[in-house]
Amino acid sequence: MTVQTPFTGGTVGVPVAKLDNAEKAEGKALYIADLYLPGMLHGAILPSPVPHARIRGYKLDAALAATGVVAIVTGDDVGEGRMGAFIKDEHAIAKGKVLYVGEPVAAVAAKTEAQARAACRLIEVDYEELPAILTPEEGLAEGAAILHENVEDYFKVFDAGSVGNLATRTVLEEGDVARAWDGCDIVVEGEYTTQAQAHVAMEPCGALADVDAAGRVTLWSANQSVFRVQANVSESLSLPMSKLRCLTPRVGGGFGNKMEPHIQPITVALAMKAKKPVKLILTREEDFEMVRARHPYKIRMKTGAMNDGTLVARECEVLLDCGAFADDSPGVLGYSLLMCGGPYRIPHLKAHGKLVYTNKLRFGAYRGFGNPQVSFAGEQQIDEIAARAGLDPIAMRRHNMLRDGDSWFVGPKIASNGLPECLDAIEKAVVGKRVDGTPRNLGIAATAHISGLLGTGAIVRMLEDGSISLNTGATDIGQGSDTVLAQICAERLKVPLDMISVASPDTDGSPYNWGTTASRVTYTTGRAVKAAAGKVVDQALEYAAQMLECDIEDVELRDGGRIGRVGSNTDLSFGIISARAHWLEGGPIVGTETLVFDQPTHDPKRAVALGLPFPRIGIFSFAALAVDVDVDDTTGETRVLEAWSAADVGRAINPRLVEVQLEGGFVQGMGYALYEEMVWDGPKLANPSLMDYKISTSRDVPDKLHSIIVEDPEPTGPYGAKGAGEIGLNVVPAAIANAVYGATGFRHRHLPLTSERVLNGILSQEGEV
Amino acid sequence: MTRKTLLTLTLNGEDTDVATQGTVTLLETLREDMGVLSVKRGCNQGVCGSCTVVIDGAPVRSCLTLSAMCEGRDLRTIEGYEADRTMKCLQKHLIESGGIQCGFCTSGVLLSAQTYLTENASPNRAEVKSALSGNLCRCTGYRTIVDAVCDAAEELAQ
Repeated sequence: MTVQTPFTGGTVGVPVAKLDNAEKAEGKALYIADLYLPGMLHGAILPSPVPHARIRGYKLDAALAATGVVAIVTGDDVGEGRMGAFIKDEHAIAKGKVLYVGEPVAAVAAKTEAQARAACRLIEVDYEELPAILTPEEGLAEGAAILHENVEDYFKVFDAGSVGNLATRTVLEEGDVARAWDGCDIVVEGEYTTQAQAHVAMEPCGALADVDAAGRVTLWSANQSVFRVQANVSESLSLPMSKLRCLTPRVGGGFGNKMEPHIQPITVALAMKAKKPVKLILTREEDFEMVRARHPYKIRMKTGAMNDGTLVARECEVLLDCGAFADDSPGVLGYSLLMCGGPYRIPHLKAHGKLVYTNKLRFGAYRGFGNPQVSFAGEQQIDEIAARAGLDPIAMRRHNMLRDGDSWFVGPKIASNGLPECLDAIEKAVVGKRVDGTPRNLGIAATAHISGLLGTGAIVRMLEDGSISLNTGATDIGQGSDTVLAQICAERLKVPLDMISVASPDTDGSPYNWGTTASRVTYTTGRAVKAAAGKVVDQALEYAAQMLECDIEDVELRDGGRIGRVGSNTDLSFGIISARAHWLEGGPIVGTETLVFDQPTHDPKRAVALGLPFPRIGIFSFAALAVDVDVDDTTGETRVLEAWSAADVGRAINPRLVEVQLEGGFVQGMGYALYEEMVWDGPKLANPSLMDYKISTSRDVPDKLHSIIVEDPEPTGPYGAKGAGEIGLNVVPAAIANAVYGATGFRHRHLPLTSERVLNGILSQEGEV
Repeated sequence: MTRKTLLTLTLNGEDTDVATQGTVTLLETLREDMGVLSVKRGCNQGVCGSCTVVIDGAPVRSCLTLSAMCEGRDLRTIEGYEADRTMKCLQKHLIESGGIQCGFCTSGVLLSAQTYLTENASPNRAEVKSALSGNLCRCTGYRTIVDAVCDAAEELAQ
């Protein structure tokens, strides 16, 4: 290969354009719905019309006789296997019972999608209805109908303590909260509720499965991890992982919705039964009703401080609606408890909560992963204390923030913390007035988020011609991880970005990667990429020394894919070195690295933890957010006029992509704060469509949205990098609520802050409600 | 099922025949019968704009358009703008601004923007935001997309 682009001194820190831009700009990117195989059938799903029932039987004759129908799958076609990230409680398709309205009960494969859908309507299912549990409180009530009768027997990956409808409970405590209240001058307390939010990735979920003559399955799907797809299909259909090859085309957004299974197991079951490839693409309505959503929370929080604003104690109790299956919920519960103290020194902190099965769709991972809910409570209480202590909101946060050498709640020391700079940055940025000369009405909030979690790997290969292949198994869901990981690889190899190609995740050829989730890919996978690329460099240096007949100390890596003799102009290209290695001596140059994030979540010498779902988690990014909010006191309509989002991401490998993460996170968080809400009419979701569930349009977003990148390098991170994917969303509801308080004098404890709710707040202040 | 009929239209400048039925949408015909996959099914309800196509110069939601109504019409998708100066400029600015993330909405956004700039060559920011309000994007937060269209308009005006 001829290298066209000269190396210009590094790609890390450069806002290079995303590698997939051209194909997306030209409409050539292929997503799951765009894949076709010869002889392919189309699948459709029959959803449950009832929230809780035993399945007595199915009548399939009419559907089987319908035009174009090839196969039907029901719970009778799948074995006893159950899948689940934390608690293995979920069959591939409803078996024996249905647990929510919209749950897949049967699936049809037919020659066209229309035929498959028509045939679904001909299936009769005999249900014995059971009482529906629609809230966590109902689920915990004595004598409540039980969703999972055998919950205690399910396999669990942690000490879940499941009993009845209680899926799990977690308790974390540091210090002695019960005794701390007496020493507090200021105590604030409140109960908060947050609503279910739909992910609304623009691409609905889908899958395409094919089974070869030997029974091996190839499965393409919209996902955030081909390895989680492989694990979930393997568990639910009792297939060995080695019989499943999982791949991913381009993915049209995730936000958590595509991390764990959706309809991949059903699609595989259909393809196995039909003995033909089957593609199943959900409609938008099905995606709303069938997949997963952000947990509704009930939060009781109490915070105590000294008169000068110094935080002393906090207790946080949460009650999570789990939905019908545990999915990622135990992780969300545990993580929200871990984050409920915020980025502050609170010597006495207790966090505890319960996760309760209900007859609703599963709630699960969603950008922020439980952090936005507890931050909505916590960051408002910080403001309440600030007001009583006579501190402005930024000074209050600066006074209490975690400092160098401090530890995270229950856990280990934090190595890099750019929160002071984030607070400085927004304080400086918000100075001044609005364009029209009126004063700003600001709301402030601060947050942190993890970057390090679970297993990952990288394979870097120097091809015969010296160009580079990078394979990590990390799915790029649009956020640009392929580009960022290629930048890290290019930097380590000192080659231009266009010498590197990034392989698409494939369980046959990619190293394990837990997933594109938890803001972890840049940090966790980036570490593996840098190390694997380093091994390629080491190997190439060794071969070059042999070729130049000198000691390895006398050769050096030079820009542009060359290795030279120190102190001379003599050098060799990667192409020459790699060709010799492939054809003559040494063997092909391959660098591999695998790792699992190993920093313990919990330090048992300092803190108590029960039912902790993640034993190893860490590396914190920090952020501060300011919003200027206008409230119409006649209508209650609340608009964000301007926002400043400052985030410490360690090192921005690609600053433009970090900015877009902060902005996209802000707008998704603004929708969550102001108008997005999944509403149930009894057991049935009342607004499962984009007509009825509104997300922000271009007209709803503030004209001025400022992303401020702060870089406090993380010593263990690749070139100092930490995560950036979720931190821009976490405290948007809290900051907006703080600003609405400033505008109206009413403290909102329930999301979303709809016009109606804000207006009622204003009226109650005026004594009219 | 209604009887199949033969539909004749111009797709990206080429005269094309395709069989259709009365209830089939243009989105289905394009994707399933004509292999035009840049047109996406995001909601199938006329809200998200991912299925936007251009019929006789106007942006239209193909999920709400029956194929049978397209007889003799001039139909364009993103593939039909390879030589279009406005589209080239929009694509360049969208790439530069970071306005392409997952890409699922991108074709629709570009078609709405191209037809809008053809109508209004020097729009202000509020007009651009309004013109794009029928194309939902969940990734970017829109700032980068609006910037790209404004920057493209400015460059094209020079």
